[in-house]
Amino acid sequence: MSAVADKYQELQDLGVEVFSVSVDSHFVHKMWNDHELTKMVDGGIPFHMLSDQAGNIGRAYGVYDETQGIELRGRFIIDPDGVVQAMEVLTPPVGRRIAETVRQVQAFQVVRASGGAEATPAGWMPGDPVLKPGPDLVGNVWKEWKPNE
Amino acid sequence: MADQPKGCARVTGAVLGEPSPEVPDAPTNHEPAKEDFMTARVGQKAPDFNAPAYFEGSFTNVQLSDYFGKWILICFYPGDFTFV
Repeated sequence: MSAVADKYQELQDLGVEVFSVSVDSHFVHKMWNDHELTKMVDGGIPFHMLSDQAGNIGRAYGVYDETQGIELRGRFIIDPDGVVQAMEVLTPPVGRRIAETVRQVQAFQVVRASGGAEATPAGWMPGDPVLKPGPDLVGNVWKEWKPNE
Repeated sequence: MADQPKGCARVTGAVLGEPSPEVPDAPTNHEPAKEDFMTARVGQKAPDFNAPAYFEGSFTNVQLSDYFGKWILICFYPGDFTFV
């Protein structure tokens, strides 16, 4: 969570509201924040830390592990219409790369701003050219974009 | 973002709203798998919920749909005081 907190300002600048969720109580969230996370992030965790002790939310998002009674590392990007645009689920031992989440938000925002007229190719980074799907692009993507550039 | 009532009751997150409508022409003996029930999918509305939360020194309550209109990032994780 400290890794997410580290990118929080960048996410805020993109207009993203952040929530973390685990099966711990909100009391334990406070203890974790106060006793450990504040040592890793100045001022502690800047976003809401949600408690889902019964796993209800985790089940609705398909990330609750019934056997272990924990929530997997599920990450969901939701657009302003409340529609899920992206999800990623990892088993516990491997952490996320938040910079990739930021990149995906930027890409979805570009697509949304274009009203769906633009698409971002694989590996797209902010500032890179976008694709404009249409009859002229069929069979001609190679002129616009190469995988190794 | 209402203040959480003070007390010792064990509060937890809860999913809000109606269950997914049944498909009208589905076979009548079809038992939907548990994971079919309101499971988040890309391109579909995010399941709404509310949950008690800790936020900057206070205990609050968060309802997801209060934040519709903004971009939202939700990160689930296995547990506090774990290592990754």
